[in-house]
This record gives sequence, structure tokens and C-alpha cells, in this order.
Amino acid sequence: MPLAFLRLDLEYAKRGYARYAAYPAATLAGLFTNTVFGFMRAFILLALFEGGGEIGGYDRAATVTYAWLTQGLAATIFIWGWQDLGLRIRTGDIATDLIRPVHPLRAGLAFDVGRSLCHAIFRGVPPVVIGSLVFGITTPSGPAVWLAFGLSCGLAIVVSYAFRAIYNVASFWLLDWRGTTILAITAANFFSGFVIPVAFFPLPLEAIARATPFPAMLQVPVDIFVGRVAGAEVVAALASQLAWAILLLLAATWLFDRGVRRLVVQGG
Amino acid sequence: MALVDVQDLRKEFVVRRGSGLRRERVVVRAVDGITFAIESGSIVGYIGPNGAGKSTTVKMLTGILVPSGGRVSVAGFVPSKQRTKLAARIGVMFGQRVQLWWDLPLIESFELLRHIYRVPAERFRQNLDMLGAALELGPFLRTPVRQLSLGQRIRGELTAAMLHEPDILFLDEPTIGLDVVARQRVRELLLRANRERGLTVLLTSHDLVDIERLCSRILVIDHGHLVYDGGLETLKERYGTERVLVVDLEEPRPPLDVEGARVIKVDGPRQWIAFERERTNAARLTAQVAALAPLRDLTLQEPDIEDVVRRIYAEGATGSAGRSSTA
Ligand SMILES: Nc1ncnc2c1ncn2[C@@H]1O[C@H](COP(=O)(O)OP(=O)(O)OP(=O)(O)O)[C@@H](O)[C@H]1O
Ligand SMILES: [Mg+2]
Repeated sequence: MPLAFLRLDLEYAKRGYARYAAYPAATLAGLFTNTVFGFMRAFILLALFEGGGEIGGYDRAATVTYAWLTQGLAATIFIWGWQDLGLRIRTGDIATDLIRPVHPLRAGLAFDVGRSLCHAIFRGVPPVVIGSLVFGITTPSGPAVWLAFGLSCGLAIVVSYAFRAIYNVASFWLLDWRGTTILAITAANFFSGFVIPVAFFPLPLEAIARATPFPAMLQVPVDIFVGRVAGAEVVAALASQLAWAILLLLAATWLFDRGVRRLVVQGG
Repeated sequence: MALVDVQDLRKEFVVRRGSGLRRERVVVRAVDGITFAIESGSIVGYIGPNGAGKSTTVKMLTGILVPSGGRVSVAGFVPSKQRTKLAARIGVMFGQRVQLWWDLPLIESFELLRHIYRVPAERFRQNLDMLGAALELGPFLRTPVRQLSLGQRIRGELTAAMLHEPDILFLDEPTIGLDVVARQRVRELLLRANRERGLTVLLTSHDLVDIERLCSRILVIDHGHLVYDGGLETLKERYGTERVLVVDLEEPRPPLDVEGARVIKVDGPRQWIAFERERTNAARLTAQVAALAPLRDLTLQEPDIEDVVRRIYAEGATGSAGRSSTA
């Protein structure tokens, strides 16, 4: 039964993969931009380590690794603006999703997992490989860390999807979806540790960041990869990601269902 | 119980008009107390002018809009409360909307639907073969939906609505954008599914030929009210009492003055004379015309459905002016 249940998700994921694989030019352009920015960020961050030393548990090697890994991960978890769901809500096409015997957010998540696989392969891995060839990066110390990193990436994708779903669902109520989206993306970019590692933040800001779900989208898998988080801390980190994933998915579903109720009662 | 049972169905929309202090709430009664039932195995046409409430009704029947009043039951379910359960039993198509996956090849949308509706693989293949042949999907089955022409996409949408063998199909303008040949194919397909497996269909269309060819029963809605429910012939008899005698005179004349009839159009020597069944008949009219001017030729036009419907719409529009109320 659970397998048969997941079969549908697998089918959605396949199509999610195919949908993005169908645009090789866009993928290539994305890869190019990712790589260029990878170089820029690596050089800028390296300037911080002119005299050696460590910042927030990151040394020079870990920071270069961070720069390239986040480049790859940002594409994979899709930290940038995503409006697929919001657009369907605003155009009313969402109504046609409601006549299918599948919850639209479940379909959307499975679809997004397929997308993330496509982006991981074509936009995620290549910049990291290029970065490692040019700069050299630190890699996980053993298979257990690789496994934890893989799990952490998977959870990051779910957290990211749920978060994107939430700001998209706002379109049920808000006319100014652009403002909300920009705010959401800015917060995600900054607090996830995409601009600089969360550990580099001044203390109060770091505390704020760590209280949000954003590090669970990006910083956590990176910290596991470079070994800043190790041993029992890895389990705790994965557990907090899982908790955020569940919490945000529940929140997204609750909001979505309320939006649908409003739509079906008021007619949009 | 009937497959579709609708009692005193209502839907009001609250819309805000104007701005600032002048803003007011206006209640639009899109569907205003409609009652009908549809038995399994019939094809019912749901027609009415723009804004009459057709799409709103279809949305309530499929559960994507909650009625403001009245009761609905479809296949034993209350659509707005049991939308997901109902979804497996019905097929829905909104000609105005894209239900297929925009970036995927058509066949991929169908494959995904197979899993969504859990259609056994063999069954799916048979259904797709049948539908694909009937609607000639072959040439563009592997084309991404975004690259299809409107007519090709609509044929894809219809296939998508029928792949899981629903008991009842709700089609909101299913022939929009189709050429004559494709239209004919769609009609044949629906008639065949109706004949062979008792498929029930409720369709809205502005193409009255669709209605004429397909529907054993017609519901006419106007300003949210059901103004007619019955067969096509009765509809014509009731509303289409006016026939037209077209006469070709030897030479052009000013409009003829004949008793019990009126000239509605003049084009050179040809004149169109409309008359009511009750007031005169074709034989008497012909004799009258022949007495007034030398005749070369004549034809008699029976009312067609276009005329009938035009007449109902026109009458309805004057009959219920104040359907919006300020609250
Ligand atoms: N979501 C909504 N909010 C406010 N008013 C609405 C809404 N949906 C429909 N209406 C109004 O309800 C009425 C009926 O609309 P509906 O779409 O059901 O008409 P229709 O018969 O399908 O027309 P058409 O032939 O143009 O498709 C119209 O006056 C329309 O403006
Ligand atoms: Mg309509």
C-alpha cells in the first residue's frame, strides 16, 4: 500500500524532471551564471582569510567549499523566485487542479522533487566540480557524512518547497503578490546562509537566523558537508530540518486549504 | 435517484464596485433558483447567453464552487463536500482553461492521468487508442502542449477528461476553437460513448449545431433562471412559431404589404416575409403575394435553432432587468 501510494508521487517527480530537462538552454544559462557567481563569491570570501585563521568555525578551505556548494545547492533547492502555484491561483487555473483526486500540494511537492533532481544534476554538481578543480574543496570525511549530507539535501528541498508554497498561497488573499515574493526571497537568500554563512553573522542576527526555517534550506547541508557540524550534532541538525519540513508543510497545507475554501465560497 | 439532482440551486457573488467612499457591495445572482435532474445515459445541452450562469452551474456540479443555497447531488455525492471522491467518477473540461501540463508532451499528461485515476495499463491503452483515433491525436501526441494549436489542445483536453471512463462528463464549451471536421469528430465521439457505454453528458456550447446534433434535452438558462427544459422539437414549436417565406419577384419592388405578415428584409427583387403560424399560412401568403406582384420563385424557411435561441435570449433579457441588487 505505501509503495503503491508513492507510485503516484514518483510519476509526478518523473514529469517534474522532464519538464525542466526540456529546457536545456535555460539550464545551460543557469549553469553558466551559477559558475560565474561561484568564482566571484569564492574570491570575495577568500579575501576575508588573507591572514589565515577561522570565522565562526570556517577556515579558508571550508569557506571556499561553502562558496561553491551553496552555488550548486541554491539552484537545487530553488532559492530564487518561484511563482508556478501563485500564477495558477491568480489565473483561476487552480480550480482545474481541484477536480483531480490528488491534493495539489502533494502533486506540487512530488513535481518539485523531480525538478530538484534535474537542477542538481545539471546546475548543482557542475559548479561544485569546477570549483573543486580550480580551488580545491574539502569533501566529507566518510560515507556516513555523505549519507547525512544527502539526507540533509533532501530535507532542504522539502523545506524550500513548503516555504515557496506558503508565499505562493498568499495569492489567494493578497493582490500585491510581488511585494510578498520579493520579501520572501530576500529573507530566504539572507537567512539561509546563501549570502554569507550564518556563522559569520553578528551574534543577535545569527540567533534570529537560527530561529527561522531558512538555515534548514541551505546552511545545514553545507555545515554537514564541510564538517562544521559533526557527530551527534548531525542527528540533531537533521532532526531540526525534519521538524521544519513537517511544520512548514502543515502550514502550507492549512493555508492552501483555507484559500481554497475562500475560493470555492466566494468564487475568487 | 437521478445521476444529477439539482434543487433550487443558487449562487450569489458579492462584488465591490467603485472606489473609496463610493465603493458599494453589489450582489450578483449568477444562479438564481434552478431545479433539474439528469438521468443516467442522456446528453443534455445547457445553453444561455453570455453571463447567464452556465459556467457557475458547472462549477457547483463539480464541487469547485459552493452553492449559496439549494441542493446538489452528483452520482450520490454532494460535490462541494465530497469533491475528491466525486472527482474519480466525473470528467470535466473547461474549454477556456488549460488542464493539461503545459510544458509536457501530450502523451505525458495522459500517462500522468493514468496514475492519478489508477487506470489499469491495458485499459488505458485501449481507451487512448480509441480516443486517439476518434480525435486524430496521432500527429501531435508527442508535442508539448504549449506548442499545440487551440483546436489540437482542445482535443487533448477532451481526451484527458475521458481517459478514466467517467460516468458523467461536464463539458463547458468543449468545441471552442475547433474546425468543422474536428467538431464533427467530437460530436461523433460523444454520441458513440453515450450509445456504447451509457455515458451521461452535460455540455454548454454557443454552437447550436452541437446542441442540435447531440442533445436529446435542452436546458436554457438566462440571468440565472431556467427558462426552458425539454426537447428540441418542443423548443422550436414553442418559441419558433415564426417562419419566413422568401420570394423572388420579377423586378425589385418596395416592401410588399401583406396581411398577417411583415417583410423583414429586401435585397433587389428578393424579399423575406416573416409570418406567425397562428395568423396565416404559406399557401394563403403565396396567393396574396402573387396577387400583388409577379412571382418568379419562392422558398419557405422553417425556424432554425439559432432563431429560436435568439428569440429566447432577447425576450429573457427584457424580462428580468433588475437581477443585481445593492446590499
Ligand atoms: N467569481 C465571480 N465573482 C463575481 N461574479 C462572478 C464570478 N463568476 C461569475 N460571475 C458572474 O456571474 C454571472 C454568471 O457567470 P457565468 O460565468 O456562470 O456565465 P456563463 O453562462 O458561463 O457565460 P459565458 O457564456 O460568457 O461563458 C456573470 O454575471 C458573471 O459576471
Ligand atoms: Mg461560461
